[in-house]
Parts: sequence; structure tokens; C-alpha cells
Amino acid sequence: MAVTHTIGRGAPVAADAVRARLQGKRADTRGVGFRILIIGALAISLVTLLILLVDVAVTGWPVLSTRLGDFVSGDLRTSPDEAGIFQGLRGTFWIGVFTVGLAFPIGIGAALYLEEYAPRNAFTRFIDINIRNLAGVPSIVFGILGFAIFVKSLALFPDWLGGGLFFGGRTTAAAGVTLAILVLPIVIITSAEAIRAVPDSIREAGFGVGATRWEVIRAHVLPYAAPGILTGTVLSLARALGEAAPLILVGAVTGRLGQQTGFFDVAQLQERFTAMPIVITTWAGRPQQGFEALTAAAIVIMLLVVLLANGTAIVLRNRFEKRR
Amino acid sequence: MANATVDRPPFSLDDLAGNPRRHRREQIVRIALQISATLAIVISALIVYSLVREAWTFISQVEWKTLWTKGWFPRRGIYDVKTLVVTTLMVTVISMAVAAPLGLGAAIYLSEYARPGVRKVLKPALEVLAGIPSVVLGFFAFTFISPELVQRFFTGATQSNMLAAGIGVGILLIPLVASISEDALRSVPDSLREASYGMGARKVTTSLKVVLPAAVSGLVAALIIAVSRAIGETMVVFIAGGRSGGALFSTDALEPGLTMTAAMASVASGTDQVKGAGLTFQSLFFVGMLLFLVTMTLNVVADRYVRRVRQKY
Repeated sequence: MAVTHTIGRGAPVAADAVRARLQGKRADTRGVGFRILIIGALAISLVTLLILLVDVAVTGWPVLSTRLGDFVSGDLRTSPDEAGIFQGLRGTFWIGVFTVGLAFPIGIGAALYLEEYAPRNAFTRFIDINIRNLAGVPSIVFGILGFAIFVKSLALFPDWLGGGLFFGGRTTAAAGVTLAILVLPIVIITSAEAIRAVPDSIREAGFGVGATRWEVIRAHVLPYAAPGILTGTVLSLARALGEAAPLILVGAVTGRLGQQTGFFDVAQLQERFTAMPIVITTWAGRPQQGFEALTAAAIVIMLLVVLLANGTAIVLRNRFEKRR
Repeated sequence: MANATVDRPPFSLDDLAGNPRRHRREQIVRIALQISATLAIVISALIVYSLVREAWTFISQVEWKTLWTKGWFPRRGIYDVKTLVVTTLMVTVISMAVAAPLGLGAAIYLSEYARPGVRKVLKPALEVLAGIPSVVLGFFAFTFISPELVQRFFTGATQSNMLAAGIGVGILLIPLVASISEDALRSVPDSLREASYGMGARKVTTSLKVVLPAAVSGLVAALIIAVSRAIGETMVVFIAGGRSGGALFSTDALEPGLTMTAAMASVASGTDQVKGAGLTFQSLFFVGMLLFLVTMTLNVVADRYVRRVRQKY
């Protein structure tokens, strides 16, 4: 309508009006507002992350800067000037060993079976649904599993069946197996995704020269899928190291941990345990002066480990994606 | 050529049968891998078994009137489940009020607006947030969010309060919501966006009226999964919510409280042994079973929505 009006007043004006209409010179307030809104959403999330990291680092700095050595090698104590995280680090190390030693091979094996061997039938679908459901089960429920099976039930078995030897009690081994089971579904799902991404032509080439299925998998499928599998496994390792809820149920020690075994001593497996997330949980609840800095310092050390693992995984995945 | 010997064929049936050792290895590997996969079923069965066995003891022995009173004090034989359920719902609502807008906003920005170079930097940053263990967020909620935000704006709030705990859980959920939503938005084919631009629609209109509705199943799935995680989250609510052994029924978010998960953690950690009056120990399993049923239902529903996205595009 506006255009027909201006035509009478002369051609140049009409051309300007048409151009303005076509280029949409009206201020796009909704567009700008929306852009600000969503950038704001992301900014708030990332700023929160930054505040968290800075807050923890600043609060923990007094401990980290004055007595880092003592702090890392000291035992759990009730006095904030003497307390250290050695026992927590040891527990977390052994939990990592169980995750790497149990969850990784079993998880990758299960993923290989589901992707390479399993027939498409009801049973395979059942396994698949099971795994996806397990991945969504709250971690504290895995703690119940660990408590009922590895702490209680297996303790009733005679030694030769595993009771008393590794499990049967609130031991490092029980905690390690529980957390390995917790991350198993994640390992399976991420590994299966990586294996699914291997092009069929690679398999067909292997079969074409007479290789058996396992030979094809070992020599071609696994190496090709390795970066993807590694990403998933490293992420799940980080998850296992940061998890506290199941350990509370399995019976992590929150007070003093009496016995003293070395960091790499296998005897630790049958002993009671604590771990970094448990140390942090316990200390965060202590009202005494000095424990807040201590907790923050412990968090800094744990975050270094966990974020390093996560960072490695992210870098690996980015390089992997580039290769495609 | 013609007088080449025909009495000895170049290979026999035995040669075709292959190397028996190779066959055997193939069988063994196959069986080992199959056992690995079947373990998932065993684990599920063990979880259900350990939950149901003790939960059944609780259900069959508990006096029903102790299940509907004025608080949750398992060590004194008072098991008012609604106290836990209402507090859990409260925390879930608060955390979703934080995570849903921030997570969705971040997802729309990353998927529709961010240039590839920007996305490449910001997405890993968000993934770092996803990697922060929940105990750390619990500590952050207790020592930072509570005094610096909640107590500043709401006088009378205690340092342990469910609002701070809920915000902490919400921060934990942002990367989860963002990542699943971004996947859903990116799976919308470009042809839809191009058609919208072709009609002269602006970027906002395209994002809100075309891409968002097309990805709605995935976005719903993201929110349901986030709700399920919020209900199952333990450490943030345990550390920031007061970690008491019991709680009176309350709908005040500015006070300490017990969610289902926090109640389980405090039963297990209050003393060295899980002991107490009568059925304290079994109540842990009863609450665990409720938690398991609720989260599993939510996960199954979410899975259905995710599948719908996959079928569509």
C-alpha cells in the first residue's frame, strides 16, 4: 500500500521505499532480543563454571601454597592443620584400576558382541534395552547393589568362592567392582557407537581375503574404532573417579582410617577404604575453621585428575572427527 | 596343459575345512564376548533382586500408619514417605527452572547461531562443566550459592537449604540438557531452514517456529532425562541440603531437607553400620526401589521420544 502511494510523488522515492521494504530495514528487535537471550544463557552457564573454578582455587590456595607436600601425603585427621588426602588418593587410584581392569574389557567386549556378532532377534533387543536402562539408573541404586551383593551376600560365601578373599565386607575391592559396574553401561554404549561408525567396506575387505570374524575385528575394526572407544572409556573413568554416592552405601570410611598400606600395595584391596569424593563430602560437612580451605584444596586436586581425563577425551574426539 | 595330472586335485576337502585352531579360537572369542554382553542382564537382575528382597521385608513388616505421619525419622521408626517425595519434587522443580532455560538457550545458540569456529571453542567448555563431579557442585552450592545468592536475597534462609541445593543440581543438569537438545536441533534437516528463509522468514522466526517444533520430541526427551537425573542426584542435595538423619514434613525451600536420595545417603552414612530402630536398614531399600521405579519409567518414556526423532529424520 505504501508503495502505491509514493509512486505518484516520483520514481526515485518509490524505488527507495521498495528497496527499504525488500531489505527489511525495520529494526529487528525480536531477533536481537532473542540473540541476546540465548547468548546470555550460554554465558551464564560458562560464567558459573568459571566462578566455581576460581572460587575453589582461591579457597583452597592457602593449603595448596603452604603445605602441598604434607597435604598430599598426610592421613585423614580431625585436626585441619595435619589432615591430608593420601588415603583418599589411594582409594581413588584403586577404583580407577578396577574400572580400567573390569569395566573396559567387559564393556568393549559387550559392545563388540552387540555390533559384530549378535543376531537381530528378541534376545539381542532385550540386552540392548537393558543396557540403555542401566545407563539411566541413579548412581546411588548401584550403591545398593554393591552393598547387598558385594558387601553382604558374598561375605556369606566360603573363601574359595570369592567371599572373604576380595569381597565380603566394606573393602576397596567391593567399592571398585561397584563403580566398574556403574560405568559399564556407559562404556558399552560409547564403544558400540564407535564400532558402528566403522565402514562396512573395511570388514568386507577383511572377509574377502579369508580372515575370520575375530581376525577382522582385531586387525581392522578395533584399530579403526580405537579413538572413539578411547574417548568413551576415558570419560567413564572420569565419571567413576568423581562418583561418591555408591561409595557411601558400600561403606567408605568417613572418619579415621586406621591401617596404613602403601599406595600401590595390593593388600589394600581387602581393607576398608575411602576415596577423594568421600573425603570431600566429609570435610565439606565439618564446621571447624580451616576445613573449608582443606575441602577446596582436595577438590582442586581431584578436579585436576578428572578434568585432565575429560580434556584428553575431548581432544581425542576432536582429532577423531577431523580424520573423517 | 592338457596332460596336467588330474589324479591329484590342488586341494582337498580337508584344506577347505580350514585350520581347526582358528575355528576353536573363533568359538572361544565369540562365547567370551557373548558372556560380556549378557552380564548387563545379570546386573539388572541383581539390582532388582537386591532392591526387592529387603524392600519386601519393609513393606510386609512396617506398620502402615508410620508411612503417613509428619516426618521422616527412620531411626525412630517414622517413615513418612511423602516428606521425601515432596522435597524431591521441590528440588527437581527448582533445578529444572535453572537447567531448562539455560540448557535450551545454550543449545539453540550452539546449533543455530554460533559460527563453526565459535562453536568449536564453546562446546568443549560446556563439556568441562559436564565433567565436574557432583560433590564439587555440592560444595559450591553449600559454600557459595547459599551464602552469596540465597541468603542474600532471602533473609532467614539457613545455610543448608533446598533452594541452594536445587540451583546446584540445576547447574549440574545444564550441560546434559544442552547436549541432548543440541543433538535434536542439529538433526533437523537444513532443507526446513532453507524453506523458511526462502519464504522471507528471519532467523528468530526460523529458529522458533520451524526448527524448534521440528525437534520437539528430542527437546522433550532432554527435559525428561534431566528430570530423571535431578531425582536421582544424591551428593549435591546431601551436602547442600543439611545431611540430617531425619526431617519434618516441609515445603519451605529455605530450610534444610531430605530428598529420597539424601535420605538414603544419610541412613547409610549416619553411623558406621547401617543400623537403627527396627526397619531403618530396610527403609533404605524401600526408598531405593521407589527411586528405581520412578527414574526407570522416566527413562523409558524419554527413550521413546528420542526414537521418534530418529525415525523422523
